[in-house]
Amino acid sequence: MDIVFLARLQFALTSVFHFFFVPLTLGLSIFTAILETAWVRTGNRKYLQLVQFWGRIFLINFAVGVVTGIVMEFQFGMNWSEYSRFVGDIFGVPLAIEALLAFFMESTFLGIWIFGRDRLPKAVHAASIWLVALGSNLSALWILVANSFMQAPVGFRMAADGSRAEMTDFAALLFNPNVWKQFPHVLAGGIVTAGFLVIALSTWHIMKGSKGREAFVISMKFGTIYAFIGTVLVTLAGHTQMQHIMKTQPMKVAAAEALWETENPASFSLFTIGDEEKLEDLYSIRIPRLLSFLAYNSFEGEVKGIRQLQAEYEAQYGPGDYVPSVITAYWSFRLMVGAGTLMLLVSLLALWKVSRDDYRFPPLLGALFFWSMLLPWIANSTGWILAEMGRQPWIVFGLLKTEQAVTPASVVGPGELVLSIALFTALYLLLAAADLFLIRKYAALGLEGTE
Amino acid sequence: MELQALWFILVAVLFTGFFFLEGFDFGVGILLPFMGKDDRERRAVINTIGPFWDGNEVWLVTAGGAMFAAFPHWYATLFSGFYPALLLMLAALIMRGVAFEFRSKHDRPSWRNFWDWSIFLGSALPALLWGVAMANFIRGVPVDASMNYAGGFWNLLNPYALACGLASLSIFTLHGAVFLTLKTTGEMRERAMATAKTLWTPAVLLSMLFMAYTYVETDLYQRLGINPGIVPVFSVLALFSVRTLLRRNASGWAFAMTGVAIAFSTATIFMGLYPRVLVSSLNPEWSLTVQNASSSPYTLSIMTTVALIFVPLVLLYQGWSYWVFRQRVAVDAHHEY
Repeated sequence: MDIVFLARLQFALTSVFHFFFVPLTLGLSIFTAILETAWVRTGNRKYLQLVQFWGRIFLINFAVGVVTGIVMEFQFGMNWSEYSRFVGDIFGVPLAIEALLAFFMESTFLGIWIFGRDRLPKAVHAASIWLVALGSNLSALWILVANSFMQAPVGFRMAADGSRAEMTDFAALLFNPNVWKQFPHVLAGGIVTAGFLVIALSTWHIMKGSKGREAFVISMKFGTIYAFIGTVLVTLAGHTQMQHIMKTQPMKVAAAEALWETENPASFSLFTIGDEEKLEDLYSIRIPRLLSFLAYNSFEGEVKGIRQLQAEYEAQYGPGDYVPSVITAYWSFRLMVGAGTLMLLVSLLALWKVSRDDYRFPPLLGALFFWSMLLPWIANSTGWILAEMGRQPWIVFGLLKTEQAVTPASVVGPGELVLSIALFTALYLLLAAADLFLIRKYAALGLEGTE
Repeated sequence: MELQALWFILVAVLFTGFFFLEGFDFGVGILLPFMGKDDRERRAVINTIGPFWDGNEVWLVTAGGAMFAAFPHWYATLFSGFYPALLLMLAALIMRGVAFEFRSKHDRPSWRNFWDWSIFLGSALPALLWGVAMANFIRGVPVDASMNYAGGFWNLLNPYALACGLASLSIFTLHGAVFLTLKTTGEMRERAMATAKTLWTPAVLLSMLFMAYTYVETDLYQRLGINPGIVPVFSVLALFSVRTLLRRNASGWAFAMTGVAIAFSTATIFMGLYPRVLVSSLNPEWSLTVQNASSSPYTLSIMTTVALIFVPLVLLYQGWSYWVFRQRVAVDAHHEY
């Protein structure tokens, strides 16, 4: 079997699985910290109960996020040794800083938060969960500094012998515009993920008439505002990010739109079935001018098509296939944007209910609020699939192709790759089962076992 | 000082910190099924390391990150070459990490048992494998002219590396037992004390075996010379002193000495390694060194600035967390977790 395919499969498996847990950690750490601050400031016991309820779910989720994260750090060296040699001078730095700056903070203060409640003043205890939240979200920043180099390399020169990229400007790396488009999007994605889970479980407990209904009403209010703010931010951030990608990776946008030919003004595809071999539509419904608007905030403007970009890249980088999997890019973009649009509607609906202090949910509305918690997960995963698969065939855009980045087959052969994929699949299925079992259990338990 | 030398030292310090800190929580994890007779006792055993283990493990993650950033070729060759061993270790660290969190969340005995044994295996396996890895650093592994690993799995599991693995396994277990004498009370503490005393003998014997074997298998002794300096000597003396200190009931000192033994023996291996980072058994010319494996001077200088600012800060707050939880854990106390 092809080792590039296997190594990619493994990376997809481990990173998508890791990112099931990360956004909830990012968002729920802040949410728990907000609730605990409310408890310290008001002394209202309901806040404390909510801190404990959401804290338990946070911790169960956090554990899986942490352990699957170790795999992420190791597998660059394990499966992508040529990549590691090529970018280590640059890519290793944010990874090391992430550990030093973010992981130490997150893990140390989480230990303090879990075990320190009887030993520390209330305010110090609340400060420790804020530091956990800060650490988690800082880790997202640093990993995005690393990822942004893959998306839009800056602040480097090629070594004289061409064997690697060398850092020349750390500030440029840190202030890579790509970082500051991507980071708000991921941060807001975390808020949304937590917000919709809060809406879902609060609705469920309110409808069931669980003990501590009033606490869940508070939870619903906080969660709705949180989810609404997050959804608006994630949409705006996503919009500016797309405009940035237009400049840095136009092929990704063209693939996400199944736009074969350059158009001016460019139309937005609602539904396309295309032929990836011939690079043309079999069937397509398009809205005129909308893509130009999304790209430039104006109903005029040229958006380059796949065929033209392919020709340009061949001229620039030599012969080769520079078209990513269009069907993957196209459908992951549509799923992400579709999920985002639904989230906007649901959060508005929730906001309307909450603003009227109306917590009677007809069964259908209740089901909508409950199942909407899946939407952020769909958007998070498809968003990353688009970001990473839409960059293909490059692993570092314009500098290194994915097929050149893999560990040589003489070091890690197909057998070892198959074995490791099997091992991670088995382990991750076990983790997923245990995690879901526990989260369900503690979600259903409600305020029982809290003080 | 040369930045490459500085970063070699920093990576060595990170590994030393990792072995010293995670060493005792590996040890506690290994002893968990034997020290805790019932669920309450096991909870108490886990709570001695509960607030710390995750922060301790970050020392490894930081060491890996620092290796990647400062010596990309070391990171790339090592992580791809030691593939099956790292897979095992990742599996172990994954199971152990979630086990600490998951075990208490459900009270069926079979559930708790499963996670307790995950903690045991998840601690024992890395404790063994890190010794195997360190021994292979210094003994040498087949690395070819293009810096790629050219051996198989069995090259890593040679008798010498296994001897070092058993030595590290036994010392970490001892370190954990001594830590428990420091952090528990009453009957549990007596049990930990007796265990530590028993574990001392195999730890010393396996370490002696490893040291003798090192003379045969590596050039460490020639490199250190006739006067090796205080570091290797102290690591041996520290280990010897542990039994006497335990007999005098001086848990704190005994823990300091198992710590010194671990830290100084790690330092000794790195001293013998320098300026090489991974020895090639095929051709000494092909060994990875701090020169041919390192990042550019600019990258190293950036990393140095970052480390100078943040390492003291990390030490400060991690130290504070140990201060907050300095009290012993009593079995019959209320366990919030």
